[in-house]
Amino acid sequence: MSFDPAITLFSCHYTSQQSCAEEGKKLEQLGFPASIDLVRVPCTGKLQITTLLQAFEDGADGVYVVGCPTDGCHNVKGSMRAAKRVDAVRVALEELGVEGGRVQMYHLPRGLHPEFVAKGKEMDARIQDLGPSPFK
Amino acid sequence: MIVAERKPMAEIIEMVQDCKKILVLACRGCVTVCSAGGEREAEILSSLIRLGMKKAGKSIEIRTDSLVRQCDREYIDEMDQWKEEYDAVVSTACGVGVNFISNLRKETMVYPALNTSFFGGSAEQGEWTEQCAGCGDCVLHLTGGLCPVARCAKSLMNGPCGGSVDGTCEIHKDVECIWQSIHDRLGSFDKSAQMEVIAPIRDWSSAGHGGPRKVVRDDLTV
Repeated sequence: MSFDPAITLFSCHYTSQQSCAEEGKKLEQLGFPASIDLVRVPCTGKLQITTLLQAFEDGADGVYVVGCPTDGCHNVKGSMRAAKRVDAVRVALEELGVEGGRVQMYHLPRGLHPEFVAKGKEMDARIQDLGPSPFK
Repeated sequence: MIVAERKPMAEIIEMVQDCKKILVLACRGCVTVCSAGGEREAEILSSLIRLGMKKAGKSIEIRTDSLVRQCDREYIDEMDQWKEEYDAVVSTACGVGVNFISNLRKETMVYPALNTSFFGGSAEQGEWTEQCAGCGDCVLHLTGGLCPVARCAKSLMNGPCGGSVDGTCEIHKDVECIWQSIHDRLGSFDKSAQMEVIAPIRDWSSAGHGGPRKVVRDDLTV
């Protein structure tokens, strides 16, 4: 059954800098899914577990984080910390009997690389497959 | 410090499934230091309870707050300011905190969010290890400061046993044989002879085998 998912993306300021240029028009042209609500953060290492859970409480069907490559984080270990917190949320979702795949971490290079759009499409397809969040 | 871990969410959701409003109460003592039941963990737990209840088609109001400690009468009194806001408390304190609230607030149902694990220390970031068993009859002065009660799998008083191999315990290759370490440490202080002193049969009554324990200090009571 097809549905319009609501996906929240928390992206590192540096990773998404070019992607957001011209108010995201370039992203739109490249086919970045409209289902994704992009929230830019100074560093993904600042994200707390509660921030990710709150996105689910606010109605997200899926949540993902895009941060710097692990060996090239502007803040050294920020994206590694984010990955740990995403893992913690995944475990907690599974404890609640919900698919852990609804939350995901990606490490991507800076700039508007095809991967940024590809991972958005990947996440959109995954949430389409999983269906609406059971928290709704 | 007292080291603890959060209970499985299914267990916690089961506890509160008939509640309409709860107080998730953090403790700013030991469980904050071991990242199990401080303010941050209580916020996470509250969110998970709301999500779990939503998934079950139920709604719940949650106030999340904290006390300086849940093991002192004076701090428990602070709970009363929120008493209209909950019909049960989910405590993220250790078992002491849950017992204290139960002792002092007869009308309040208290549920434990944590499994209280042991007395330990932070070995590395994110890793805690047991160091003390609270046995009430400390022998650390005889064992180089390393505790055989907590850290020997058999709590031997005259170790090591035959299961000690290359400094590790027979129960697992990652477990240190504490008696080997005691021997090495005493040796480094030229006190190896202490190893030959036979410890007498131990009276375990101070370790809780004689019932719940109590410490009374007459100089502090009024």
